[in-house]
Amino acid sequence: MSQSGTSRDEQARAEMRELMARYPDPRSALLPMLHLVQAYDGYVTSEGIEACAEELGLTTAEVAAVATFYTMYKRHPMGEYHVGVCTNTLCAVMGGDAIWQRVSTHLGVGHDEVTPDGRVSLERVECNAACDYAPVVMVNWEFVDNQSPDTAVALVDALRAGEDVRSTRGAHICTFREAERVIAGFADDRAGEGPAAGEPSLRGLRLAREHGWQAPPFPAGSPGAGPSQPQTTTAPTKETP
Amino acid sequence: MTTLAPVLSAHWDAPDAYTLAGYERTGGYRALRAALERDPADIVSLVKASGLRGRGGAGFPAGMKWGFIPADSAKPSYLVVNADESEPGTCKDIPLMMATPHTLVEGIVIAAYAIKAKRAFIYVRGEVLHVIRRLRAAVAEAYQAGYLGADILGSGYDLDVVVHAGGGAYICGEETALLDSLEGRRGQPRLRPPFPAVAGLYASPTVINNVETIASVPAIVLGGSDWFRSLGSEKSPGFTMYSLSGHVANPGQYEAPLGITLRELLDLSGGMRAGHELKFWTPGGSSTPILTAEHLDVPLDYEGMAGVGSMLGTKALQVFDETTSVVRTTLRWVEFYKHESCGKCTPCREGNWWLLQILRRLEAGQGRSEDIDLLLDLCDNIAGRSFCALADGTSACVTSAITHFRSEFEDGTHTPAWELFPYERSAIVPVAPTATTAAEAVAS
Repeated sequence: MSQSGTSRDEQARAEMRELMARYPDPRSALLPMLHLVQAYDGYVTSEGIEACAEELGLTTAEVAAVATFYTMYKRHPMGEYHVGVCTNTLCAVMGGDAIWQRVSTHLGVGHDEVTPDGRVSLERVECNAACDYAPVVMVNWEFVDNQSPDTAVALVDALRAGEDVRSTRGAHICTFREAERVIAGFADDRAGEGPAAGEPSLRGLRLAREHGWQAPPFPAGSPGAGPSQPQTTTAPTKETP
Repeated sequence: MTTLAPVLSAHWDAPDAYTLAGYERTGGYRALRAALERDPADIVSLVKASGLRGRGGAGFPAGMKWGFIPADSAKPSYLVVNADESEPGTCKDIPLMMATPHTLVEGIVIAAYAIKAKRAFIYVRGEVLHVIRRLRAAVAEAYQAGYLGADILGSGYDLDVVVHAGGGAYICGEETALLDSLEGRRGQPRLRPPFPAVAGLYASPTVINNVETIASVPAIVLGGSDWFRSLGSEKSPGFTMYSLSGHVANPGQYEAPLGITLRELLDLSGGMRAGHELKFWTPGGSSTPILTAEHLDVPLDYEGMAGVGSMLGTKALQVFDETTSVVRTTLRWVEFYKHESCGKCTPCREGNWWLLQILRRLEAGQGRSEDIDLLLDLCDNIAGRSFCALADGTSACVTSAITHFRSEFEDGTHTPAWELFPYERSAIVPVAPTATTAAEAVAS
């Protein structure tokens, strides 16, 4: 992103305005706009900060103050595939610390660093809300669940080799910039990829079906009375591997 | 014995559960049709009567929160959904939004209608790409079907919903920090009063509810408040998601009436990992004081947990077995709080840094004899002396660990934690026995 007024810059500015129009107060779009800057530039560039400031009528200091508060906004280029190893307590204990050490040693890069070929960057991430899939690794903010040091090394090798890698519960893993574009607020039509739920998410439900445990039926005369009950028998019991 | 009772998760195994067609096939949006035929005030009364309490950690009665919105405000009112699920151990809202995002959207329309809001925001953490995709797709489908937008289902009621992704900051799960973040600022908590119901988003009346709270509303509309109250206890009514993680045989999501116990959950889910026994656990994330095997039979509801000096929190049951070092886990949680402190309040910003220095030397077996008292004294100066509950979370995490496992902290004055509890034994996947793993990780 630059101030030179190329067509790419014009498009970025137009998309920033589109984000601003979604809110009663345009400044609410600042976080999405910073994600959009990363979609264009790969990180939060000073040109991107200037563009946000100009569009919102803020100073660059005000925008930079926000950008530096949040961990997702990067101050230098990230890899095409940004790999986050969860080293918060539960994942760390389950194997996350060992994963971190193996992957970091294998790639020769540490926290917030990028491989020389620009393919993979590493981050020690905090809890990513997938503790029932521990130890967890994220790639461009897609879940790669139930990892071990060996599988994580294979994962980053596949990413570096340009192989098609699929999230265990999400889509085919796109690039960091493509991911940032979706996070900013522009859909990529891949919501239909991946399962509705992973196996640990379904454990309680499967157990309930097996034993016939159900919530009580909606009472007669209530708006819910009739065919749609909270019972687990109304949905198809499709076993997915 | 209490068993499971799936309501929110009842249809998560349908392959197309996340689509509008899949949701409607299992009765989706029937609650909205029923709600729109009623007066908004009736919906507030219904939710009040149900006794639904906030599922994001604090447990505040949802209907009462809605009732605080002034009826005659000149400013527009807003509904904000807190989907910034980041409390360590908490992993219930992400699968819900992945599997049945329309449950949340339907709940949003009903709740916004009840508080007469014409705009609602879903503040979802930014680090969950596929969840963001599913939410946006669900909102788009709901617009197309006439469940969102102008004149919803011919009722004359208008509502717009924006899915807003955050930038990565745990503190934005705190409701007033979330509002500042949603206004495009650093996510720092606000001093209360004024409360968000009076001066929230854009200084306008605002209700902020957790994902699970809002997603519970359609079922309450369908079944009624008595039906909801037929589950759980008088003060903790209804069903909820319990998230089992850690050294258990079958980690996952288990939806049950409030008040089930950890013993019951372990019994029905397959217990601890083979050959190991329970050492300690969190009832609702790392900010809720840890408990031990002696608390296995305490009801997992708001009163039960408060009765043993902890909190129900987010029902994030992180379970650790006898191989685990409490000094190590406490250190790692405090590293988290130090990293996530927003820096606004001195006791939290500085206090977490100092806690960390002490815990690091205790882990390395280089603690000093006065360190335990120093930790407790620091906690005493952190808890209750900051704007928000992050500081209280830190303090609860440290003081409860010392209360239950003081001798392990004493051992930290002479023996490294990784010698007392070789870390590779805690791992559930094959890892090389490297005694220095944790020390190096901490140093990085």
